[in-house]
Amino acid sequence: MAEKIEVRKKKERVPILSQEMLADGIFSMWIKTDAARSARPGQFMSVYTNDGSKLLPRPISICEADEERRRVRIVYRVTGEDTGTAQLSHMKAGDSLSVIGPLGNGFPYEKARGRKVLLLGGGIGVPPILELARRIESVRKQIVVGYRDGNTFLEESFRQNGEVYISTEDGSAGTKGNVMDAVRENGLCAEMIFACGPAPMLRAIQQYAKEREIECYLSLEERMACGIGACLGCVCRSVEKDAHSHVHNKRVCKDGPVFLSSEVEL
Amino acid sequence: MVDMRVDIAGVEWKNPVTVASGTFGSGAEFAEFIDLSRLGAVTTKGVSAVPWEGNPAPRVAETPGGMMNAIGLQNPGIDVFCERDIPFLRQYDTNIIVNVCGKTEEEYCAVVERLAEEDVDMLEINISCPNVKEGGIAFGQDPKAAQAITRAVKKYAKQPVIMKLSPNVTSIPDMARAVEAGGADAVSLINTLTGMKIDIDRRAFLLANGTGGVSGPAIHPIAVRMVYEAAHAVGIPVIGMGGISTARDAIEMLLAGAAAVSVGTASFHDPAASVKIVEGIKAYMEKYGFQKVQEVKLGTG
Repeated sequence: MAEKIEVRKKKERVPILSQEMLADGIFSMWIKTDAARSARPGQFMSVYTNDGSKLLPRPISICEADEERRRVRIVYRVTGEDTGTAQLSHMKAGDSLSVIGPLGNGFPYEKARGRKVLLLGGGIGVPPILELARRIESVRKQIVVGYRDGNTFLEESFRQNGEVYISTEDGSAGTKGNVMDAVRENGLCAEMIFACGPAPMLRAIQQYAKEREIECYLSLEERMACGIGACLGCVCRSVEKDAHSHVHNKRVCKDGPVFLSSEVEL
Repeated sequence: MVDMRVDIAGVEWKNPVTVASGTFGSGAEFAEFIDLSRLGAVTTKGVSAVPWEGNPAPRVAETPGGMMNAIGLQNPGIDVFCERDIPFLRQYDTNIIVNVCGKTEEEYCAVVERLAEEDVDMLEINISCPNVKEGGIAFGQDPKAAQAITRAVKKYAKQPVIMKLSPNVTSIPDMARAVEAGGADAVSLINTLTGMKIDIDRRAFLLANGTGGVSGPAIHPIAVRMVYEAAHAVGIPVIGMGGISTARDAIEMLLAGAAAVSVGTASFHDPAASVKIVEGIKAYMEKYGFQKVQEVKLGTG
């Protein structure tokens, strides 16, 4: 760390291009931002509400990045009444909000070139899998997306980008159970796995990948404050010592959110 | 012409604004957003004699007008800090204030002694972290213990020593006077207020640590009152902090008696908050015709 660092990032005010509800409590927003030029699948945007009493940004994964039209799509879940995400969901095309991004490392999707891959998304971990599916140039793209119930979203977009399998916890669509149940029921196998979803799902995938010795990348979620790697609020336990503090605590926002599955303890 | 320079315990700062320890790392992450040379000083995250792992996650939570944290002083230890972070910060034209933490008097002194030979400008001794079980706040809630630890580190310190005080005490003036009597060159306050947040759906603490330190604009009026009390109790400079989000908040601190200010949680809301506050203070001084920062005092209207 001898080099002086170039000032090149800032919190920016961006216009909202559109907002729609995709499913019960799930919203999709397109924003106009140059972040689209460099965004990688698996990266996130720090999104600030316009409510001054809510100081911290909401880290929301990038669902699509349209470089040509300089716009980014975020798909998010409203986490409760009067929450920051509820406030975001009330905003309309023409309104503006503040963001920083893209942040985080993103999926190393280039490694999937020419290989058979499994893309697994669960719950609000489904959206980042879409940009990943669009970018990956693999031999065979098997996309498995898991939902709570028949209230599914982004399903059609996934169908344009690979073979799609669905799981629902209540069995109302696709395989009854979670994404791993759908993987087994459909006899899917792969040389590489990319996944994003709740911790129990990631734990099951981590175990599956370990048993079969499959190269696997997991995108983790943790409560964040700064979103840029300074506050050490969002660490996860890592096998290797982390570069920042040399203590096995990797920063989800900066060193991740995507980690090699054998590298993290979930 | 506005002169933004201030003298804090014999160290000249180009302006009265630094950043609060623990909110800014050692500056590397923020250097992508702002030119660190625009700050009066960079105050680094607490560093201990050996690496500390900190607390389990979740470590942070948002609260109305603020947030809570229980990071637990995760840090790489003094060796990595000296090799990596000091040379990095020295490239910028700003003062380096190293925040020092420890579990015992010996640990504080070991870090201070090691820093004696290093190219840093000031030391800030953290006797007020509410999130570690030993050390930290144990030295910061009893005037006798605070005076003793101040005296101990002063024996080893080659740089001016700032004692960072906790708001979680009965009497701020007593604590400020105690560290002044122990030989402190300056005091800084406030650290975070100990709080607790409970997740009603899980019926469990929101932070893994149970309690955490509350910061942000919600605590600013408490901080202003405490800075006022400290500034009127001691003769050494007071660095005021606690919920400063705008230049207005910073100016309130100066009016309350602070010689300089620190910007903390606001950097999470806007990574450029600290430099915007420098500009805002300058504009205020121009508007009211103040030529020096120390003229910005109550009753000058």
